[in-house]
This record gives sequence, C-alpha cells and structure tokens, in this order.
Amino acid sequence: MLEPGACLLLSGPSGSGKSRMLRAIADLDPHEGQVLLDGEVCDELAPAQWRQQVGMLAAESAWWEERVGAHFSAPVDEALLHSLGFDQQVLEWELARCSTGEKQRLALLRLLNNRPKVLLLDEPTASLDPNNVARVEQVILDYMHTTQAAAIWVSHDPKQIKRVASCHMVIQNQAIHEVAL
Amino acid sequence: MNLISLSAFDLSIAALLVVGLAISTTLLGLGLGRQLVIAAIRTTLQLLLVGFILKFLFDNLHLGWMSLVASIMLVAAGYEVMQRQKHRFRGVWGYGMGTFSMFISSFSLTLFALMVIIGNEPWYQPQYAIPLLGMMLGNTMSGISLGLDRLTQSAKQQRTAIEARLMLGHSWSQAVSMIRSDSMRVGMIPMINAMAAAGLVSLPGMMTGQILAGSPPLEAVKYQILIMFLITVGTGFGTMVAVWLGARRLFDERHRLRLERLMTKE
Repeated sequence: MLEPGACLLLSGPSGSGKSRMLRAIADLDPHEGQVLLDGEVCDELAPAQWRQQVGMLAAESAWWEERVGAHFSAPVDEALLHSLGFDQQVLEWELARCSTGEKQRLALLRLLNNRPKVLLLDEPTASLDPNNVARVEQVILDYMHTTQAAAIWVSHDPKQIKRVASCHMVIQNQAIHEVAL
Repeated sequence: MNLISLSAFDLSIAALLVVGLAISTTLLGLGLGRQLVIAAIRTTLQLLLVGFILKFLFDNLHLGWMSLVASIMLVAAGYEVMQRQKHRFRGVWGYGMGTFSMFISSFSLTLFALMVIIGNEPWYQPQYAIPLLGMMLGNTMSGISLGLDRLTQSAKQQRTAIEARLMLGHSWSQAVSMIRSDSMRVGMIPMINAMAAAGLVSLPGMMTGQILAGSPPLEAVKYQILIMFLITVGTGFGTMVAVWLGARRLFDERHRLRLERLMTKE
C-alpha cells in the first residue's frame, strides 16, 4: 500500500528484479498478483489508461521521432520545462544532438507532462552530473508534493535514498523487505 | 497459332550451355557448379511435373481437381512466406498469417478476375485459372514476406522505443504505427516499381510468352495490364492484412510487447 505523496525507494543488487518489478506494475510484462490504483484493479482499466496514470521512466530513454517536440501529445508545461533547465527552444532540438543526460531530463519532462498519479522511476538520475541530480530530485519531489502523486524510485545511492525516500525496501534473494531509513 | 515446337535436341543444346557455365564456375573455384547442376535438374523435373499436371487438368476439366491444385499452390506459397522470415511467429501464426492473407487477397481476386472480368465458361478453366493464380500468389508472397520480415526485424530493433511509447500510455496501435506503415510500404514498393518500369526496362514474362505463342501483341498487352493491376491490388491488400495481423500479434490483450512470440531462424 503506497499512500498519495509517498516515495518508496527500492534498491538491491543488479539482476535482483527491480526493473522487472516496475515493469510489472506498469503492466508491461505478464505478471502474477494484482495492482490497484485508488481501489481500481489494473486489469479492469484499459492498458493505455492505466499506463497514463502509472507512468514509468525507463533507465534508458528511448525516442522515435527526429525532434524533441514531436514526442509530446499535450502542450508542454512551461513551468516544468524551466524547472528542468530548458526553455521552449528545446522542443526544436534534434535528438541525435542531445547528450544522454539531456535525454534523461527530457524523458522525465515527457513523463511528468502526462500528469501521472504514480511515478515508477528506474534510476532517474543515473547519467546526470551532481547539479542536475539535485535539480531533477527537486522537480520530482515538487511534482509529488503538488499533485500528491506517489513514487516508486529505484536508486543505489545511499545519500539520495536519505534525501528523497519516505520508506526504503530492498530486494534480495527473491524476497523484498523493508529497511529503516 | 504458329508455335514452333521445341525438340528434346533443342533443349539439350541449352542444357549443354548450363553445363558449360557449371564447368567454368568450378574452374574459377566459385563452388557453384554442384548447386547450379542440381538447380537445373530441379527446374527440369518440377516444370515437367507441372506440365503433366496441367495436361491432366486440361483433359479432366473438373472443379474438384482445380480446387485441389489451387489449395496445394496456396499451401506451398504460405510455407515459402514462413521460410523467408528471419524472425517468425511461433506456433500456427508463423504459417497461418501469410497463408490467410494470401487467401483473402490473391485467392479471392483471382476468383473475381476469372468470374467477372475474364468471364470464361466455365470460369475455372485451368488454362486461365492456374497461370493467373500462380502469378498472383508468387507476387503476393514476395510482398507479404518482405513486409512481415521488416515488421518483425524493426520490432526487435526498436523494442525500447515501442515500450517507451507504451509507458507513456500509447495504445499498441500508436506504439507500432511507424513500423507498421514502413513495413507495408516495403512490401508494396516492388510492385509499384514493376508497374512503372513495365515495357520500358523489361517485357513482362507473361506478355512475352503470349507473343512467343503467336498472340497479337495488343491482345497480350491488354492481358498484361490486367495482370499487373490484379497483382498490385493482391500484393497491396495481402501485405496490408499480413502486416496488420503481424503487428497485432506482437502485442497481447493488455497491449504488452511480446517479442517472445517470435523465434529466430538459426
């Protein structure tokens, strides 16, 4: 049970199934067990509707159009754009010219612009420099605070866990258990 | 008709030329000699067999025999489509998708052409039905193979982009739309090119055959135009159906990308 606005940090050795867990919650892989959002079972919502509300950010961002702007279905939130360190100009950028870090921040922008109720974040700051790590953490926490969105956040960095987590769980040897912060 | 009949001697001369080519390639160390001879023998035997079958069909005009031969052709074409895929769908889908698409495009169009356009009496006269169906199946088969091959390869390569779209709440259809259109295009372009180049670059085979057999050139041209149109329509719809079905099969009812439904040819 994840309360609105709560941030569950998930860690564990690589290959332990953290990403698989996020993928199962986003209903991207066949899985056992049930996930509910505001009392509604995942299977009873249309898949697209579920994933709009339970939005996942993959560890590696992927793009399918040439320019950044073409990947947004809704008008881009100005404030969000600025808070991630971009301006309107970025929508005209070619993805081939963006760095990995820029793409990761843009992927977060793309996700938050959908206004999901739950964030599934797979190492969202993995390829960012320290300045941008702080910036991205702040953007995510602000978003969660204003929309009361909950998050499941995969991270390996003990300091980051201290900074953002409201609870911390570890997957190890095919079991998941809570640890003190 | 003023067809000059070929004697066994005439064919032997041509066969000797093939043997000559085989010897030359062996001398050059291309390692093709054996393959070449086997292929030449296969051509001879297979075409002779078809000749006997056609002769039988011509002598025994019956809808049942025609249906049997037509079904065998369809089954063989479906098998060929499956064989040409690098990544094909597991289970009955691998075979069924191509066969079904050819059935509803080539097969039904051939029936339509025989009954409505050509209007032969009876419509299943093998002289018209078999070559027509053969050309339809042969070309549709290529289009469907190309289309499906592109679809499955692109899906494998662009897996992360497809899933990124799913994660953003796109439906399976949106997530695969670019790959799907691209694959349909790939399947249909050869036929469009063939229409554009017909007569300028090459004389189409059927027309050539009819002219050799003594038909007036303009009659042969009209038949060739009909065939080109039918083949294009058959290939086009067949490819669209096959690629659409394939794209759908890549996802399950929860719109998850299921690449494990594909198996890769070793």
